[in-house]
Amino acid sequence: MSRSRYAARYRRNRVAMGLSLAATLLGLGWLVVILGALLWNGFSGLSLRVLTEMTPPPGADGGLFNPIVGSLMMTALAVAFGTPVGILAGTYMAEYGRYARTTTVVRFINDILLSAPSIVIGLFVYEVMVARMGHFSGWAGAAALALIVIPVVIRTTEDMLLLVPNALREAATALGMPRAFVIRHVAYRAARAGILTGILLAVARISGETAPLLFTALNNQFWSTNLNAPLASLPVVIFQFALSPYKEWQQLAWTGALIITFAVLALSIAARALVASKRQS
Amino acid sequence: MNLTMVNAPQVRHEAIDTRGIPERVAVRDLDFYYGDSLALKKITLPLYDRKVTAFIGPSGCGKSTLLRVLNRMYDLYPNQRAEGEVMFDGTNILSSRQDVNLLRSRIGMVFQKPTPFPMTIHENIAFGIRLYERLSSKELDQRVEQSLRRAALWDEVKDKLSSSGLSLSGGQQQRLCIARTVAVRPEVILFDEPCSALDPISTARIEELIDELKEDYTIAIVTHNMQQAARVSEFTAFMFLGQLIEFGPTANVFTAPSDKRTQDYITGRFG
Repeated sequence: MSRSRYAARYRRNRVAMGLSLAATLLGLGWLVVILGALLWNGFSGLSLRVLTEMTPPPGADGGLFNPIVGSLMMTALAVAFGTPVGILAGTYMAEYGRYARTTTVVRFINDILLSAPSIVIGLFVYEVMVARMGHFSGWAGAAALALIVIPVVIRTTEDMLLLVPNALREAATALGMPRAFVIRHVAYRAARAGILTGILLAVARISGETAPLLFTALNNQFWSTNLNAPLASLPVVIFQFALSPYKEWQQLAWTGALIITFAVLALSIAARALVASKRQS
Repeated sequence: MNLTMVNAPQVRHEAIDTRGIPERVAVRDLDFYYGDSLALKKITLPLYDRKVTAFIGPSGCGKSTLLRVLNRMYDLYPNQRAEGEVMFDGTNILSSRQDVNLLRSRIGMVFQKPTPFPMTIHENIAFGIRLYERLSSKELDQRVEQSLRRAALWDEVKDKLSSSGLSLSGGQQQRLCIARTVAVRPEVILFDEPCSALDPISTARIEELIDELKEDYTIAIVTHNMQQAARVSEFTAFMFLGQLIEFGPTANVFTAPSDKRTQDYITGRFG
């Protein structure tokens, strides 16, 4: 090996490393700028009032209590409905139908659903529920969000169950355990952290969705927990307030955005912590 | 002594007269298919009551496949099927009327890689017992202790029964798996290369254990290690390319094999 060849390789390595570093900084830089702008503009508006008062009319003071409650209600409903469906479907695909052709087809369709633009889902629910019921409603909003939750949960559940070694299933089966028992007590237990992570990620995903709610839950300026009527939600309120000409509304939009971002951040950290604790045990 | 046999491993047990020993399991004309390919061809052999039978042969000869027929483990996978007869307790276990879960509680299995369940040591054992028996928690604790003693693991884990089964060493995990299998009180125990992932000391312990377990259980063991087969078994089946080449008392198979291929294999000339 000659010295000059080594030197050339050394230089090439430095250049490649420099470029990678620059790309990383560029990508992360925007994230830092976004978070910075959010904190800069949103933090000043953060107060107890935001969490306790209703959305105000233009020119008055107020908070985000009704959209926060509306978002929590629809998210909870969507998860309550979407999670069991997603887990059961994922279980079928990984456990009962692992070698079946149905599974390949379902997985393909699920992948399409997973990457479908959420506005399409909103339009679908509008057509199926809102148009037929004749009015926007919290139920429709929850249904649209559930349709986003389902494919995420199906995907993670299947993936996590496929990661459980077959040797573990065989060992349980060899003790005379029926299949349903093996799945519930051995496979689920081994995949628990991963499946929970999938649910948390689904929650994070839907808590910022605006498009599917625009056509379904719409919005509500007043205090309402009626799921049969239009329901306020944080993303839609942010959308409406940010585009308005009123200073107070714009401030509330920034603050709302900050709240959502940190809620999602907290969920992601929780998901990561779960995975890490799984690795340790 | 036959001079060509000087490389053969030392056998521990004298050849036994099989007259009067009941056949606990009897395999007759067994064919096994993976999809379209025939993996076992017309296998016929007995497992004698409370004796150790070793299945030996080069990789891919079908010895593990044969073991997995005996507890219908192949049922878990599509495209795998067995034809022929495996008689156990008067019935053909290959019949579709056989309750496979019940069968597996009577014919236990220990695998190549230790596979503790993701739960505590106590739970690992209690779990299988609860499937078929309703015991008070005191009786359950007793059974757990008894099983762990049987697997020579009690002294090492008695103070940490509530820690995870995964926290044990490889050899301890394998003994935990044996304890778990014994706890269900099967009649036959199948060992599928139980020591191949273990160090020599753990291997020796497992072999001692097999020696003790055969007082109560009929045992079949698949092994790649011919010394191990010679040490632990009373009977040996040599398999090659899906066929049973030779079956007999280990003392005979290892000192005076009747087939050239058996002789070549046990003297290390191939495989």
